[in-house]
Amino acid sequence: LLFPLSKLFHLQKSYGEQYMERFADEADVVIVGGGPAGLSAAIRLKQLANEQEKELRVCLVEKASQIGAHTLSGACLEPSALIELFPDWKERGAPLNTPVTEDLFSILTKKHRIPVPMLPGLPMNNHGNYIVRLGHFVRWLGEQAEELGVEIYPGYAAAEVLFHEDGSVKGIATNDVGIAKDGSPKDVFERGMELHAKVTLFGEGCHGHLAKQLYQRFNLRENCEPQTYAIGLKELWVIDEKKWRPGRIEHSVGWPLDRNTYGGSFLYHLNEGEPLVALGFVIGLDYTNPYLSPFREFQRWKHHPFIAKTLEGGDRIAYGARALNEGGYQSLPKVTFPGGMLIGCSPGFMNVPKIKGTHTAMKSGMLAAEAIFPKVTAEDPASETTGFHIPEYEENLKKSWIWKELYSVRNIRPSFHNYFGLYGGMLYTGVFYWIFRGKEPWTLKHAGLDSAQLKPAKECLPIEYPKPDGKLSFDLLSSVALSGTNHEGDQPPHLTLKDDSVPVARNLAIYDGPEQRFCPAGVYEYVPLETGEGMRLQINAQNCVHCKTCDIKDPSQNINWVVPEGSGGPAYNGM
Amino acid sequence: MSRVLVGVKRVIDYAVKVRVKPDHSGVVTDGVKHSMNPFCEIAVEEAVKLKEKKLFKEVVAVSCGPAQATETIRTALAMGCDRGIHVEVTGKDYESLGPLQVSKIFAALAKKEEASLVILGKQAIDDDCNQTGQMTAALLDWPQGTFASEVEIEGDKVKVVREIDGGLETIKINMPAVVTADLRLNTPRYATLPNIMKAKKKKIANMKPADLGVDIVSRLEVLRVDEPPTRLAGVKVETVDDLVAKLKESGTI
Repeated sequence: LLFPLSKLFHLQKSYGEQYMERFADEADVVIVGGGPAGLSAAIRLKQLANEQEKELRVCLVEKASQIGAHTLSGACLEPSALIELFPDWKERGAPLNTPVTEDLFSILTKKHRIPVPMLPGLPMNNHGNYIVRLGHFVRWLGEQAEELGVEIYPGYAAAEVLFHEDGSVKGIATNDVGIAKDGSPKDVFERGMELHAKVTLFGEGCHGHLAKQLYQRFNLRENCEPQTYAIGLKELWVIDEKKWRPGRIEHSVGWPLDRNTYGGSFLYHLNEGEPLVALGFVIGLDYTNPYLSPFREFQRWKHHPFIAKTLEGGDRIAYGARALNEGGYQSLPKVTFPGGMLIGCSPGFMNVPKIKGTHTAMKSGMLAAEAIFPKVTAEDPASETTGFHIPEYEENLKKSWIWKELYSVRNIRPSFHNYFGLYGGMLYTGVFYWIFRGKEPWTLKHAGLDSAQLKPAKECLPIEYPKPDGKLSFDLLSSVALSGTNHEGDQPPHLTLKDDSVPVARNLAIYDGPEQRFCPAGVYEYVPLETGEGMRLQINAQNCVHCKTCDIKDPSQNINWVVPEGSGGPAYNGM
Repeated sequence: MSRVLVGVKRVIDYAVKVRVKPDHSGVVTDGVKHSMNPFCEIAVEEAVKLKEKKLFKEVVAVSCGPAQATETIRTALAMGCDRGIHVEVTGKDYESLGPLQVSKIFAALAKKEEASLVILGKQAIDDDCNQTGQMTAALLDWPQGTFASEVEIEGDKVKVVREIDGGLETIKINMPAVVTADLRLNTPRYATLPNIMKAKKKKIANMKPADLGVDIVSRLEVLRVDEPPTRLAGVKVETVDDLVAKLKESGTI
């Protein structure tokens, strides 16, 4: 919030009134974020409008250069929400090409593997689901949305929430572009644009930067626990055809993580022509050891004999990372406020033990649309505030299968916080979920803010990670290159610091600079000062893959991720 | 002296890691991030600047390719071009489309649209051919000012400052002419959201190469595409004698 305001003041002082005006346009509904939630909401709105022959202008802005380019997920899709949205999804060519045929779960030790039977009824049982490349699925959703008449604007980042005088949300503004690194306007400077709407939907995905502001402004988190997160790192590999088992799902827990660090792996065999596997590693961001590097845990996990045998002789073709939310039921905020709503992974509907959030994200978008539609097309809106407040969305969420699902698995993730860690959690799941389906009357709590969980470096042991071998495991920079990420170089860095002195004084001094390790893109480096003694934090903003982990895990909560110029960021293709 | 024709090409974005198709027939393009060729952006910017100086009445953006080429034309329209022409070339024809066929298309359009100036990027970043501008000029029998780092209209002539190996060369050519844009010609403006919205209302005409009487059969056949050989790690040596020995070993000396 501090950052864009300071730029505005600078401009106002130097260039006068003419630069303050922004072009503004009106829509009925504006949607921030072109992911499963945002697109499902847009599609549902237009479906209703077309059914009832009503005019409805729906505009969607997305910071990625094309729909799907910032999408990253495993992913194993439960088609429930898709079937509701498009019963004819198959005829429409939705890219669900890989039905799950085999489901394996293992506990890994350093050299061995203990298979765990995937009994029906366990949350991660995948019968009836599809392995998808979520980026391609989202791209397909985008095409359906455009056909229905949704105006989609990829390459434009919503940077600011706009408010009416009565405090309700008026819409959003895209960021000003053409600002140099030092904050001064370049020759190509252009003001952002304002998009006004009766209701604005915020579907920014996990830990959205505008959602952060909305939580504060409207006190949306006063009755829920803080959100707790994980980081997911992913690669795509073309493997030896002989090792390819299309439709096979493999999950593991255990090695290389210790029993007190929540996390595990996935390896999915796609069936789309090439022998392609999607694999990755997820680590809960409530980990305590500042020496832990999620990226290097991921790289060394690939050397486990059970995993290595699939990957040997293969080629890595893609890499990326994204934070995901794990708070579930306990961390759900209020999702409606005057003039707007939160949908998808932003408030956070992921079913953690199922490791699925796409179906619930889509459903939340659809429920939002169904609540909005009668209000924005009514003759007499009957809204107390200029921006519509539509609490029916939240009421309908609570009556829907999303709520039932999240409620039933609410105790699984927090059950991990016991002396036995992983094993205690698995025992709890086996007893209470498999037998009682989450009907136990108590609700366990999470551990608190992820950023508060790190122990000081002196209380922890550094972890000896093996050097990457260049065949199965790789170094960070070559991985980042595979994400295709890029940003216009001459712009202010979008990883902003509230206080410039905190990184060295606190993060480095107490925690040995954990941001050097938890950033999956090498944005943060502590380098020696050019003159004299000491270190400084170097921020390589161009590498950023928009995963949001730094904003979540910084123990000083000093890093504030703001959105860079539109089109910047990763160029994922079917991740 | 009223119309400028600008060519824009949709290419794989420069920051993307390109991958060779498993059958070695080409590179993977499906789903890969594409954008307007950076030199074409510079060409569009120059054309729009000339129009803003009231030296030309209309700027027409042209792109040859499949349906997605219209997105690139849309960006050009958002930057200030008045209308677009999409010359549709798809599938195998598009894979084998090269500078010779494209220059024939541009030459035909330049005549049809009675353009006084054709501005193109000096080369595309996917094939690095640096041929289309020159071939277009030759087919039209028009003068050419290539590698332009400065363009000035002086009456019915164009003064072009060209970036050449030895430095800068200034030439003056008669219009109609072909100019190709080099890096330092200008800094392209952003295509802002309001302009993208307005661009949706501007016209993009759709046509096929046959409509222009152009035969796009390629005279080149790509036999095979391979990645460059992996760069081997360097070897550190301790002494000058070691260096000489290693150089002799590798047959370099």
